[in-house]
Formats: sequence, C-alpha cells, structure tokens
Amino acid sequence: MSFPWANHYEPKQPLMRWLDEKLPLPRLVYNAVGAGYPVPRNLNYFWNFGVLAGLALVVQIVTGIVLAMHYGANSLVAFASVESIMRDVNAGWFLRYAHANGASMFLAVVYIHIARGLYYGSYKAPREMVWLLGVVIFLLMMATAFMGYVLPWGQMSFWGAQVITGFFSAIPLVGEPIRVLLLGGYAPDNAALNRFFSLHYLLPFVIAGVIVLHIWALHIPGSNNPTGVDVKGEQDTVPFHPYYTAKDGVGVAVFFLIFAALVFFSPNLLGHPDNYIEANPLSTPAHIVPEWYFLPFYAILKSFTADFILTGKLWGVLAMFGSILLLFFLPWLDSSPVRSANYRPTYRWFLIVLALDVLVLGYIGGAEATARNVIIGQLATAYYFAHFLIILPIVSRSERPRPLPNSITEAVLAKHGGTSPAQTALAH
Amino acid sequence: MATVDNTITPGDYPARHDEDGHDPRRRDFINIAAVAWAGVGAGVVVLPLINQMNPSADVLALSTTEVDISKIEPGQAIKSTFRKQPLFVRNLTPKEIAEADAVAVSSLRDPQSLDDRTKAGKKNWLITLGVCTHLGCVPLGAGEGENKGPFGGYFCPCHGSAYDTAGRIRSGPAPTNLVVPDYAFTSDTVVTIG
Amino acid sequence: MVRTIALLVGAAFVFVLGISLFGTISTAISDPAPETAEHEFHLHPKDAELSSAGMFGKFDRQQLQRGLKVYQEVCAACHSLRYVSFRDLEQIGYSEGQVKALAQAWPIEQPGVNPDTGEAATRKNVASDRFPSPYANEVAARAANNNALPPDLSLIAKARHDGPNYVASLLTGYQNQPAELLRKFPDAKTPQGLYYNPYFPNLNIAMPPPITSDGQVTYEDGTKSTRDQMAKDVAAFLTWTAEPNLETRHGAGFASVIFLIIFVFLTIGTYRNVWRGVKH
Repeated sequence: MSFPWANHYEPKQPLMRWLDEKLPLPRLVYNAVGAGYPVPRNLNYFWNFGVLAGLALVVQIVTGIVLAMHYGANSLVAFASVESIMRDVNAGWFLRYAHANGASMFLAVVYIHIARGLYYGSYKAPREMVWLLGVVIFLLMMATAFMGYVLPWGQMSFWGAQVITGFFSAIPLVGEPIRVLLLGGYAPDNAALNRFFSLHYLLPFVIAGVIVLHIWALHIPGSNNPTGVDVKGEQDTVPFHPYYTAKDGVGVAVFFLIFAALVFFSPNLLGHPDNYIEANPLSTPAHIVPEWYFLPFYAILKSFTADFILTGKLWGVLAMFGSILLLFFLPWLDSSPVRSANYRPTYRWFLIVLALDVLVLGYIGGAEATARNVIIGQLATAYYFAHFLIILPIVSRSERPRPLPNSITEAVLAKHGGTSPAQTALAH
Repeated sequence: MATVDNTITPGDYPARHDEDGHDPRRRDFINIAAVAWAGVGAGVVVLPLINQMNPSADVLALSTTEVDISKIEPGQAIKSTFRKQPLFVRNLTPKEIAEADAVAVSSLRDPQSLDDRTKAGKKNWLITLGVCTHLGCVPLGAGEGENKGPFGGYFCPCHGSAYDTAGRIRSGPAPTNLVVPDYAFTSDTVVTIG
Repeated sequence: MVRTIALLVGAAFVFVLGISLFGTISTAISDPAPETAEHEFHLHPKDAELSSAGMFGKFDRQQLQRGLKVYQEVCAACHSLRYVSFRDLEQIGYSEGQVKALAQAWPIEQPGVNPDTGEAATRKNVASDRFPSPYANEVAARAANNNALPPDLSLIAKARHDGPNYVASLLTGYQNQPAELLRKFPDAKTPQGLYYNPYFPNLNIAMPPPITSDGQVTYEDGTKSTRDQMAKDVAAFLTWTAEPNLETRHGAGFASVIFLIIFVFLTIGTYRNVWRGVKH
C-alpha cells in the first residue's frame, strides 16, 4: 500500500515494459526504495541508520563468504587458518579486518537505529509489527555475532563460548543437558565449533529474510518522522528517490569513512588481545569480557549477586534475556498517544537518563568487579528495568505532552521561521 | 494560520527530479560525479574480493621441487609431485630412445622430437607432468608393472589416450603431448623443477 | 494487563537487585577487598618508540634484521615462531638467496620422515618452511622449563596489551623485589624459580632474564648492542611477525581515507543539490 499520491511506475522502454509484465521486480524496487515510496519530508540524519544497517549486513555477507573460502572450521586448524588468512591469502588481512570491524559497525549502527526508534516512538501503533520484527533481527544478530566470535578459536572465543553456553546451565533440572546438547560435548570443542560455523553462515541469510519483512511491514503505514505526526497530504512527503537516496548517500559515505579508519588504522581497537592466543581449555584468561556490543548485557548478568527464591545466577540470566525480551512488549507498555519524545517533556528526560544508563552498564560490563563497580552496576541495572517496566507505563499516563504541530509541513515551516505562502514560493 | 497544511500549493511543489523540463543544470554535474565516484570505489573494492581466490603465498612458495634421480635405473620411472600435480621422471633405455627417434615428427598430432622434450646430453631423462592433456587423469605407465599402452610410453585409462616413449600423444582423444615443465639439472643426480 | 505484569516483573527485578546491592555494600564494609601487590606494583610498559607505532608507522628494516638476530640467538632456544615462514623474511630486506642460506643454517631442524624407513627424522629447513619449534610438543616444552610453557612469539605483540612496548619493557624490567613491596605484602615474596618483573601481570615470571649483558648479541650493522637496544630490536621484530602487513595496511588506509573524504563532500554536494528549494 502507499499514499494515493505516490508516483506510479511507468516503464517507457519496451524491454522494461516486457519485464514488468513478466516479472515486476523493477516495480517492486521502485515502490520500495524508489520514487514510488513517499516519505515524510522532515526526516533527520537518524533515519539514515536503517539503510546503513542493511549496508553493513551486505558488507558482512560479502566478506564472510570470501573468508569462508579460506577458513577451516576444525578446532585443530581454525586458529592457524585464520593466521594463514592474515599472512598468506591475497588481501586476506583486509578481508578479515573488514569482517571483524564490520560486525562492530553493524551493531553500532543498529544500536543507533534502535535508539532512534525509542526516541521518536517508532514502535508505537501503527508500526508495532515493524518494531517486533526489528527485535527479532536484533536477537538473530546477537546470536550470529556471538557464534562468529567463536570461529577464530582464540582464548576469548573459547571462553566466550564456555560462558555463554553456561547461561543455560542456570535453568533448573534441564539446564545442564541443554548445555551439553548445544555444545555437543562437555566443553566447547570441535563439535561446537563446527555447528557454530554452520549457523554463523546460515543466520545472516535469515536476518536478510526478516529484514524484507521489516521493510514490508514498514511500507504499510509508511515511515515515522521526528514530529511523530501522521502524514496528512502530499505536501508532507517527498519521493524516496532522489531525496532520501541523496541523503542516505551522505550517511553511507561517512559510514565507510569511519569503517575505513577502523580497518586500516586501528583494526584491533575493538578486539581483545587474548583472542590472538590459541584456545586453551586448561587456562582461563585473567579478565574475560565479551565484545563491546554485549557489555551492557554482561553488566546486567553480573549484577545479580544474591539468591532470592531462585539462585543469583538464574536471576542474572533471566534479567539478561529479559532486558531484550521486554522490548517485545514496549508498544503496549507505552500508552501515550504522542510518539516523538520531542513533545513528551517528562519522558524525554527519562530517555536521556536511559541512554546514559546503558553507557554506564557498558563501562561496568568491561570493568573489573570491584565493590564500587558492582554497586554502580546494580544501580544502573535497576534503572534499566525500572525505566521500561515501571516508569514508562506510569509516565506515559501521567505526563501532559506539549502541543503537537498540525502537520509535518507546519512543523517544517515553523522551524524555518516563516509560514507565509509567499516565502514558500520564493524558496523554490 | 489554521490552514498551514495548504500553504504550499501543488504547483509550488518541487518538480520531480527526472522530469525537470530544462536543460541538465550545471549543478547536476555533482550528482553524476558522486555516483561515478561510488562506482570507482566499488570497482576498487571488488579487486581484493576476486584476488583472494588466486593462489596464496604459501601455495606459491611450493612452486619449485627438487627430485633426487640417483636411484632411477634405465627403464624405470618415479612419480613425484610438482605444485601438487603428479610428475613423472623416467630414465629411458637406449631402445626406447631409438623408438622415439624413429617416428617421423611431421606425422604427429603435436609435432615434437625427443630432443625438443629433453635437455641436451640428458636425452635419457624424460620429465613430464603426469596429467593427461585430455581431461586431467593420471596416465598409467610410470609405476612398476603398469600398462604402458600400445606405444610403450604412458596410457590413460580414463578415455584411452596413448603416449609414446617421449610422452607424445599418439592415439586417443588427448590433443597435445604430456607437458614438460621448466626444470634444470642442479647436479648429476638432482633435478630442480619449476 | 501487560502493564500490570510489567510492573510486577519490574518490581521483582528491582527488589532482587536491592537485596544484591545490600549484600554488596555490607560485604564491602565488613570484608573489604584487600589490596594486592599486583594492583600496587604492576607497571604499564614504557614507550619503546618503535618506528612502526602510530598511523604513519613504518618498519625500520635494519632494526628488524637486528631483531631477528636477537630472536635467533636469545629467544629461539625456547620460543617457537610457528606462524612465520622463512620466506617471509624477504619482506624485511633479505634476498631470496640469503633466506635460503638462513633457513639451511637454522640450528633447529624441521621434523619430517625418513624417505627410506618412514621413521620420524629431521631435515634442513627450506624457504617455504615455517620456523621450526624448539620442542616437539607442549609436554616436552613444559618438562624442559620447570613446568612453564614458553609461549609462541609469532603473535605476542598483538596478544598483549600494548604488545610492542610490553615486550621491550618486560625484557629489560627484571629487578630485585622492592623492599617496600615486601614490607607491605610479606606473603608476596617471589617464589623460588620465578623472577620479579613489574611489567608482568602477576609480577613473577617464570622466564629467567634472557638479555643479561650489553654485547650479548653481535650486530653486523655496527649498532651498539646495549640491553635496551636488543630489547627494542626484538620488540620491533616481533611487531613485524605479528602484523607483517602493517605498511601495506597503512598505505591502503591513506588512499581509502582520502578517497572517502572526497566522497563525503561529493555526497553532501549532491544532497544539497537534490534538496535545494525543498524545506525540510
């Protein structure tokens, strides 16, 4: 579906007309990300991050397929095969560093994409399904990233696999059998490495499939915008192409610039030195930490140190999974009719605190477990859950939103300080 | 003020990009430049993605092989490997040399004399790849007791190509003689291939 | 309904966190974590001022060759270099012939098979071989080293925080245990068979001081082989073994970054061009 004023695909060349009759693929693209998709005219640069996430996935799939041509998924040779990629394969070092840092870029972009959705209320009706599919993508990404990190079979790979599969052993009774089933053994070894490789290769394509659904679901109501106000008419929108292809182009260029700076000048900045030591099941590194993008969740896991009915370990695991799963209920926890936090003065402050809170959790996740850090982590974790499960439902009922603009166009014109038709005409 | 929605009349709406009736404006040059620049970048990135499939440094490093030929008696052959391909080193008997020389070169499918295919003064050392030039099977004839085929050289069991004592194709589907790799005698008993 | 359940779940998590917090605080007060010698006396590596550091970093070929000599004469008896091949040495300025000769003369031979009997044997190294390990396996390595395993050095500069500087500092960091440490932590006396080194994470390292005197290695290029110099040279060499493509990477990086900066400006230009006259 689309707005009634959307441009219609009218192939002019006979070949394109023929193709459109037999397989209307160009029409699909035209309506999805071409001139046939009307988009609010007031999107800011935060709306670049969806396209960037898709781009990052493509980068990962391309570099990953190529790396798989040289990688040996066997615990005897995995580490050596990665070193062979780094030393002997033509441009192998570039491909591997691009893939490793590409994962970080992908997660970073997706975190900003999620933050944008939270701030501008993109999870609210009528876009709940877009949000739910997005959370599914996020979960799949986390699984893929984790399994990919195991593949180089360094010390952090091994102990990451050990710790993360250890989560399952917190479940009473069935936990340990599940852990053994997942690993195909009692500790991570060849069986685990092989299945992780298989799934690491598969899941990105599943992600791509869910992305198609995500975009499909998005195109039914159309894109949200910084005011959160619905599109009222043609003057509120511009066609995706060329307006947003041009705007996304800027984002793409900056994305690649940052990506290149990482790959070429600091390829190991976000990695951990211990992963350049081959896996050794008999020796745990002094300070094991996950990759940076899991640190906030790791801090949540570490914060539950007391037993209460359930063991502290189980509380930690439940909280860690719960911290993501609660996002599935977000559209119904927030009952405010106003989408954009720009018009929700109280909630906006809580959101800013949440952003800082997640950064603090990230710091604590990677820091040593001193008493001071544990206390900070526990307070930050408490805020995280209180924010989504207690504060948000209450604030969304009690707060009085600021007056909304009547339309996107009115908001745009107000921003430019002029509302007279004459001025609009001059601007053209 | 109440009807701000309508302050932009449809006619005021910017013309669609591709329907800009006028001449291509000078400033559109930058759009073309940006797209072209992206194209160049994509092209450059494709190079390492393709080049990674070429042999890696460790494979290239194995491109020479030394073979000790001191223990090969006349009439015997050994199989060695060169770049992971089978290599036949054969010490021809005077009779085999005479048989090879007796053939009129012009009558051959791939005209070459035994002298062309061996080193001067080392005419008894026939060094060829053990890869049939038809579709790549390993011909028989180098191992003790193997079928040497109707011409006393090598015989490929896959599709019946028969090679003579100089490794030249004499019958069957193979188009050319067995390949003679680059090699040199580093001493009387050692040959360096590649 | 969803909101009621959420409130309950949220309250449960916050409540358990409250209990946890109470536990953490009361433990911190009643039983504070003791100071440790590692915490107080561990030192961060000094800057070895290697030419490969930084964005413009390049290797100093002469230094790498000196470092190879230090590795060969000081480290190779215990530490393997198993991901590096002799042929790789052509990248640090040796000719093909020199590499062949070096491989041929390398004191440790390559494990192989006797072609006549099929028994385990050794043969001379060739250029395509990787550096042979001094010990047949981990058990042999531990048996010869008082149960400590000398780590492989190929990646050591990437496998330690601030690796290149760490290697240089560690090699010259051996010293007697400070009296102050013993006074404060009488139990932290370096055990028999270990050596005090403030750059090592737990302060006591199993490796005996490898570089003991100036002039231990004789350099062919006339550089004075002081202890500092030898430590820096071998650190430079191990930086190269860990990241042999560093120079190519930096070169490609500059080209890419310049290309992309231009691309950023072009896309901004396009963006302005397309959006001119459209308020947004």
